[in-house]
Amino acid sequence: MPLLDVRNLSVDFKTANGQFRAVDGVDVQVDVGDVLAIVGESGSGKSVSMLALMGLLPWTATITADSMMFDGVDLSTASDRKRRSIIGKDVAMIFQEPMSSLNPCFTVGFQLREALKAHLPLSRRERQKRAIELLEQVGLPEPERRLRAFPHQLSGGMCQRVMIAMAIACKPKLLIADEPTTALDVTIQAQILELLLDLQKDTGMALVLITHDMGVVAETAQRVSVQYAGQKVEEQGVRDLFASPHHPYTSALLDALPERATTKHLPSIPGVVPGQFDRPAGCLFSPRCQYADDHCRQVKPGTASEELGHARCHYPLIKGVPQREAS
Amino acid sequence: MLNFILRRLGTFIPTFIGVSIVSFLFIRLLPGDPILLMAGERGMTDARYAELMTQFGFDQPLLSQYWDYLKGILQGDLGTSFKTKRPVWDEFFALFPATLELSLCAIIFAVVLGLPAGIIAAVKRGKWPDQALMSTALVGYSMPIFWWALLLIILFSGMLGWTPVSGRISLMYFFPTDTGFMLIDSLRSGQDGAFASAVQHLILPTIVLGTIPLAVIARQTRSAMLEVLSEDYVRTARAKGLGSMRVNGLHALRNALIPVITVIGLSVGTLMAGAILTETIFSWPGIGKWMVEGINSRDYTAVQGGLLMIAVIVMVVNLVVDILYGLINPKIRK
Repeated sequence: MPLLDVRNLSVDFKTANGQFRAVDGVDVQVDVGDVLAIVGESGSGKSVSMLALMGLLPWTATITADSMMFDGVDLSTASDRKRRSIIGKDVAMIFQEPMSSLNPCFTVGFQLREALKAHLPLSRRERQKRAIELLEQVGLPEPERRLRAFPHQLSGGMCQRVMIAMAIACKPKLLIADEPTTALDVTIQAQILELLLDLQKDTGMALVLITHDMGVVAETAQRVSVQYAGQKVEEQGVRDLFASPHHPYTSALLDALPERATTKHLPSIPGVVPGQFDRPAGCLFSPRCQYADDHCRQVKPGTASEELGHARCHYPLIKGVPQREAS
Repeated sequence: MLNFILRRLGTFIPTFIGVSIVSFLFIRLLPGDPILLMAGERGMTDARYAELMTQFGFDQPLLSQYWDYLKGILQGDLGTSFKTKRPVWDEFFALFPATLELSLCAIIFAVVLGLPAGIIAAVKRGKWPDQALMSTALVGYSMPIFWWALLLIILFSGMLGWTPVSGRISLMYFFPTDTGFMLIDSLRSGQDGAFASAVQHLILPTIVLGTIPLAVIARQTRSAMLEVLSEDYVRTARAKGLGSMRVNGLHALRNALIPVITVIGLSVGTLMAGAILTETIFSWPGIGKWMVEGINSRDYTAVQGGLLMIAVIVMVVNLVVDILYGLINPKIRK
């Protein structure tokens, strides 16, 4: 049984112009100790699907799912109290903007000890001791001094380390990292990723890494799930995905990596992710797909077999060639 | 922190001088001659008029009159009231506790009801509690004070007979008013029912004076909370699995309080202005009523002294607000 098993998750947002579907029938499975990367462009619903799981979406969102099983508990039907006893303890999340994710009015120590106090039966002294340990664990020097600091007195990288310390405070089984390095300097990015992977290895927790950086994916993940316009379009092991992408979108994403460029100009995917008003009738990627035909534009594709990476495509690629006769 | 307070105190000096000029000129710009008013209907001879002009120093140029006034202030002397011939300082502080008592009760009333109302409206945004609270707040904000006071008097004093119409305490009670605060003095007197009577007399003026600040605080709290609730750190707090009381009441509110405290500080100015009407309606013997009488009789020294004292009080309140900012938001402290 997987640690996390989300089936057919959809998220709709109420907007001034009616409903907008940000996540559309996404499945997510994460095994114990797994490292899953979720990739996709901005607006592909990667963050929203994980925020929905955590119950952190704003009130304008409506979440529907067949089930959201985490460690034997269905989060979609659990009571508020039950969910709160899991969130922050067994599933934790860190976010894109470390500087604004910490409350400016409270010291680092207060916010860190608060996470411990919410879920663990520790005395005041034990919490302080554990907070110091945690800051050491995430590589912050002078932890006792840092605990007394306010967030604005720390750098972005330090704030993200504090966020990670808060997330792993209760030894979660699953850590969701939502583009944890996007807002940081390049040199710090590598350090934070390394820290996350080290912690994952040491504690054996599962890690979901949301990113749009294929380079990060290649270095970190075991499995990769590719999302496009709110749908999961492909999922494979990381090696297989890089060697043989089955969905044209994945293939185009990989072609756009600078390391893989063969021409002088970097290849790019023309157009943008469809929004609320220009959703195509058929395959959502068809307007930007170099292989699309009329069938693609009119009929929604189903998902292909596991060998073809569950690709949501009429003509999944095998070694870069669309299999038109297959469907 | 000390440095911060000293710097804020430094800005007091120019503000104080400005306020003293405005309060000095304000009453002199009003038409009407205090000496003629003093003489009443019988009038006076030109010789007596000139004599009085010299006595009060009105024959001097404005600039030298102001200079004398300023010199007095710096020695803690606000001058002598034309009307009562008593020092303005003594008059002011004899009446000020009544106004302070009423204003404090009004601001407590406004904060105690306004903060929760704003928080509930923000957390339930778009739903019926939000709409109900905010339309009530709008009505409260738009209500003319004197009319609102009369409505309440008709209902609670006239029809229901629950509260007295005016004054600070029932005439049955008599005891020394050492502190000037009726609630404290009545408790200290130890007389049966005195405290209850003082409270009863306070209820309506408190509601009337507190209504507009209440509405402003509720609306400001709501909008500040709405802004803060969409901040990343509130999401972080919820991601820790904290209860909604702790997320909304601690993590969000602490940040939302900064604009709310500004509004509370500014309301103190409004309260002083509102006190004039409220005190007049409820015959509350405070500085509001005293100032109205002073203006009517062109009591220059009383009015300019009273204005100056009120301005200083508002300035001190704003200093306290600035210090509170620093306590609430550590970023401002340096």
